[in-house]
Amino acid sequence: MSEQPLLSVENLTVRFAMNRRGLFSPATHLYAVDDVSFHVNRGETLAIVGESGSGKTTAALAAARLVTAYEGRVVLDGQDVLPLEGEELRQMRQKVQFIFQDPYSSLNPRQRAEEIVRDPLQSLTDTPAAEQQEITERLFAQVGLRPEQRRLFPHQFSGGQRQRIGIARALATQPELVICDEPVSALDVAVQAQILNLLSALQEEFGLTYLFISHDLGVVQHMCDSVAVMYMGKIVEHADRKSLFNNPLHPYTAALLSAVPSVDKTLREKSKRILIPGDPPDPTQKQVGCRFASRCPVAQDQCRLSEPPLTEIAPNHRVACHLVDEKAISPL
Amino acid sequence: MTEPLLKVQNLRVELTTRNGTAPVIDDVSFELHAGENLSFVGESGCGKSMTALAIMGLLPEGIGRITAGSIMFDGQELTELSQERLRRIRGNDISMIFQEPMTSLNPVYTIGEQIVEVLLAHQSISRADAWAEAATLLDAVRIPKARERLKDYPFQLSGGQRQRVMIAIALACKPKVLIADEPTTALDVTVQAQIFDLLRDLRQETGTSIILITHDMGAVAEMAERMIVMYAGRIAEIGAVDDIIGTPRHPYTKGLISCVPHVLAHVTDEKQPLTEVPGIVPSLREFGKDQCLFASRCQHRTQQCLTARPQSVNFDGAQSADCWHAGTL
Amino acid sequence: MTDKPTTTDQSAPVTELLDEPIEKARHPFMEAWDMFRRNQAALVALIILVLIIIAAIIGPSLYGRDPFEMVWAPFTPPGQNPDFILGTDYLGRDLLAMIISGARVSIIIGLAAAFVSVFIGVTIGALAGYYRGWVEEALMRFTEFFQVLPTLLFSMVIVALFGASLPMITFAIGIVSWTAVARITRAEFLRIRELEYVTASRASGARDFKLIFGVILPNALPPIIVQSALMVGSAILFEAGLSFLGLTDPNVVSWGQIIGSNRTYFLDASFTVTLPGVAIFVTILCISLVGDGLNDALNPKLRSR
Repeated sequence: MSEQPLLSVENLTVRFAMNRRGLFSPATHLYAVDDVSFHVNRGETLAIVGESGSGKTTAALAAARLVTAYEGRVVLDGQDVLPLEGEELRQMRQKVQFIFQDPYSSLNPRQRAEEIVRDPLQSLTDTPAAEQQEITERLFAQVGLRPEQRRLFPHQFSGGQRQRIGIARALATQPELVICDEPVSALDVAVQAQILNLLSALQEEFGLTYLFISHDLGVVQHMCDSVAVMYMGKIVEHADRKSLFNNPLHPYTAALLSAVPSVDKTLREKSKRILIPGDPPDPTQKQVGCRFASRCPVAQDQCRLSEPPLTEIAPNHRVACHLVDEKAISPL
Repeated sequence: MTEPLLKVQNLRVELTTRNGTAPVIDDVSFELHAGENLSFVGESGCGKSMTALAIMGLLPEGIGRITAGSIMFDGQELTELSQERLRRIRGNDISMIFQEPMTSLNPVYTIGEQIVEVLLAHQSISRADAWAEAATLLDAVRIPKARERLKDYPFQLSGGQRQRVMIAIALACKPKVLIADEPTTALDVTVQAQIFDLLRDLRQETGTSIILITHDMGAVAEMAERMIVMYAGRIAEIGAVDDIIGTPRHPYTKGLISCVPHVLAHVTDEKQPLTEVPGIVPSLREFGKDQCLFASRCQHRTQQCLTARPQSVNFDGAQSADCWHAGTL
Repeated sequence: MTDKPTTTDQSAPVTELLDEPIEKARHPFMEAWDMFRRNQAALVALIILVLIIIAAIIGPSLYGRDPFEMVWAPFTPPGQNPDFILGTDYLGRDLLAMIISGARVSIIIGLAAAFVSVFIGVTIGALAGYYRGWVEEALMRFTEFFQVLPTLLFSMVIVALFGASLPMITFAIGIVSWTAVARITRAEFLRIRELEYVTASRASGARDFKLIFGVILPNALPPIIVQSALMVGSAILFEAGLSFLGLTDPNVVSWGQIIGSNRTYFLDASFTVTLPGVAIFVTILCISLVGDGLNDALNPKLRSR
C-alpha cells in the first residue's frame, strides 16, 4: 500500500478582499487561511478543530474547490487540484465530496430526496439512468432511510433525516475523500450519536477518507485518527489522536480542552480550568508575532515579536509555539 | 424547610396548531429555592424553553396558553396576574437571557441605552444615576473600559461580549431568578467557559437563583445543583445533578448521558461506537397521549408502557423518575 | 401507531412496533396553497377574479352586443331601460357591452405587460445577483436609469412615437415597470446564493446556467410571484391611465377609455364614469387581496420548519 497520503495540502492561503476605505487606498485583505499545510492518509480521519474565525471551514471549502484559494497546492492522489478546470475539475469533484453543516439549508427545498441524491450522479458521471436509480435506492437504505421516503421533500424530514440525505448525496459518486463540515453540530444529541455511528460505519464499509471539521472536542476525540488545531487562520498544533489529547503542547489546545464542560466530576476537579481572557484580535489587522500571544497566559516577548513556525517536535506531533522544545512539555 | 421561591404545580400549557391543540407542557411540577441552581435538560421540542416562557408570561400570543396548574413565585400566583403586574415582575424579579445575543439586543440602540431602559422601567432613579449604574454593571460582567463601551452598538461587540451585555441587562434590577435559555450554544467553547465562570461568580455575589436551560449535560454538571430532564413536554427525571449523573434511573436520561462522546481524560487506541438512542423525538401530534412517550425508542418497553402514562417512582435524595421500570433497571 | 400483541400481559416486552405510515410527498407550493386557502378574503377575491376573467373571455359572445353600436338615446341612466341595464354613454352605446368588452382588453394588457416586466426584470435581476462584480454594477446602474424615468411620460412618448396599438401599449407599460421585479430578484439571488444547497449543487458539478435557472430561480420565485400579481394590477391601472388620456387603440374599448371619453359629462351623467371606475376598482382590489394572500402563503417566516 502506498505511503503517499490521499490528500496533501501545502501552504494553502485563502484571502478575502475587504471593502476599501477610499477609492484610492489599497484593498485590505482578510487572510482566512494563512499558509496552512497538512495531509490526510488514505482510510483515516483527520479532524480540524477550531473556534469561529479559525479558518477551518474555509480551508475545507478551498480543498474542495468550492472557494477560490489565493496560493498553495492541494494535492489529491498526486495531482494538484487547484488549477484544474472543465472536465478535469468534474473528475476531481467526483472524488471529493462534501457534507454540509446545516441540514435545513443544505438541501434544495424544491427537489425531492431522491433527486437530491441523484444530482451528483447526473452531473459528474455518465452512469445510465437505470443504474442511477439503483444506486440511489441502495444509498437510501444504507443511510437508514426508508424507500417510501424517496419522493418526499426536505421539509417533510427531521433534521437528522435531512443530514442522512446529505450523506447519501455525498456518497453517490463513490468518492475517495469526504469532507464533513460540522456534520452533527445542528442536531440533537441523540441524533448526533446516530449520525456519527453511521459515518463511522460507512467509512469502514467503503474505505472512505474523512476530513472532519468540528468545534466539538468530544466528537473529534471520538471520530478522528489525527487532529489539527487551527487558530486565526493558522495551524497551531497537529498530532495523532493519542498524542494531542493526552499531551497537548500548545497553550491554546490546552485551554480548549480545559474549557469543555465535563460530565465527569473527577476530571473537572483534576484539570485546572485555563481561562483565556478576551476575544480573538481583529483579523483584518496584520499581526506581528504569534497570533495567540495577546491571550496566551504564558506569552513572552519573543512571542510578540516573531511568529513561531509549525515544527515537528515529536514523531507525528507538530506545534507552532516558541516555548515548546524537543522535550515536548507543555509550557503551562 | 423554607418556602420555595418558585413553585410550579401541575402546569399544563397548550399550543394551538393547524391540527388542534397539543400540550407542549404536560403536567409539570417542580420547586426552586432561593439561591439554588436548577437546570432543564432535553432535546429540542421537549418543552424546556416553553416552561421558561410560561413562567415569564411570554407565551406566544394567541397560540400558547396556560390551561391548568399554578406558578407560585414569591407568594404570588403568576397565572392569575394581569399583564401589567407580570410586566413589573419581568426584568425586575425574574429575568431571562436568550440563545442568540444578536437578535435579543436591539441593533439600533446603544448597549448603554438598552441597560438604562431596563433600569428606568423598574426603578425610580434619575437618568444620570441609571447611566452610572449601567457602567457599574458592564464592569461587573467583565467588559473592559465599561464607560466608553456604553456608547457602542451591538454590532461592534463580539458574540461573547453581547451575551455579557444580556447578562448585565438581566441582572440590572437584581432579580431573584435568572432564566438562561441556552445562553452559550451559539458561542465558542472558550467563550462559553468565560460566561459560565461569570455566572457562577455573579451568583456568589448576588445570591440569584439561576435556571439553566440546555441540551449539554456537561454544562449542567458544571453549573447546576439540581436538574430536570424533560421529554415530550413531560418530566422524565428530576433530582440532584450528582445523583442523576451517577445513577440515572430513566432510560432516556441514561441514553442522553451515554450517547454523547465526552472528552476522556485519557485516550487509548480503541474506539467504540456510541450508544445510540434510536428514533427521533415525537412530533407535537403525539404529545399528551396516555402512554409513555419514550416507549417507541426504549429497549425496555413492555405492554404497560404503551397503554398508560408512567407514574413517578421516588428514590433516595429527592430523585424521581417517570418510568414504569425505573426501579428495576 | 402501535402494535397490540394478542396477550394482555402488561409486563410482556414489546419488541416490534409498526412503523409510522409514510406521509405523501408535498411540494412546498402545495403547502403554500394550503395556507392561501385559509385566507378567506384572498380566496373570495380569487373567485371573483376568475369570474371576471371568464366574463372577459366568453362575455362578449354571450352577451352578444357590439359595444360600438349606438343603440339608444345617449346618457340613458341605468335601470331606466330594461334592455340596457347599465344605461348608455355619450354616444348612446350600451355601457354594459362596453364594460364587458373592456374587461378583455384590460386583463389582456394587464397580464401581457406584467409578463414583459417580469421577463425583463427577472433576467436582469438574476444576472446581477448571481455574477456580482462589474456585471452587477452595470446592470444596477441600468436599472436605476429606468427607475428614475417618469413612467407615465415615457410610455406616452413611446405610444406617441410608435402608435397606440395593443402590443405597443403592452410594451410601453412593460418597459417602465420592470425595475421593482429586478430589485426583488437580485435581492433574492444575493440571499440564496449564500445558502448551502447552492454550494452543494456546485460540489455536485452544476454549471452556472443550471445554478441560476435550475437551483436558485425556483427558490427565488415566492416574492417574484407576489410582485407579479401586484404588477398585473398596476399594469391595468396604467393602461386605464393611458387610455383615459386617449392614448389607446381606437378600435378597442377599454375601461380607461370609457372614463376618458365620458369625463366631460361627469356632472350630468356620472354613471358613465363611475361604473367603469367601479369595474377597475373591484378588479384591482381583488388582485391586491390575492397578492396579499400569496405573500402570506409564500412567506417563509410563517411557514413552520
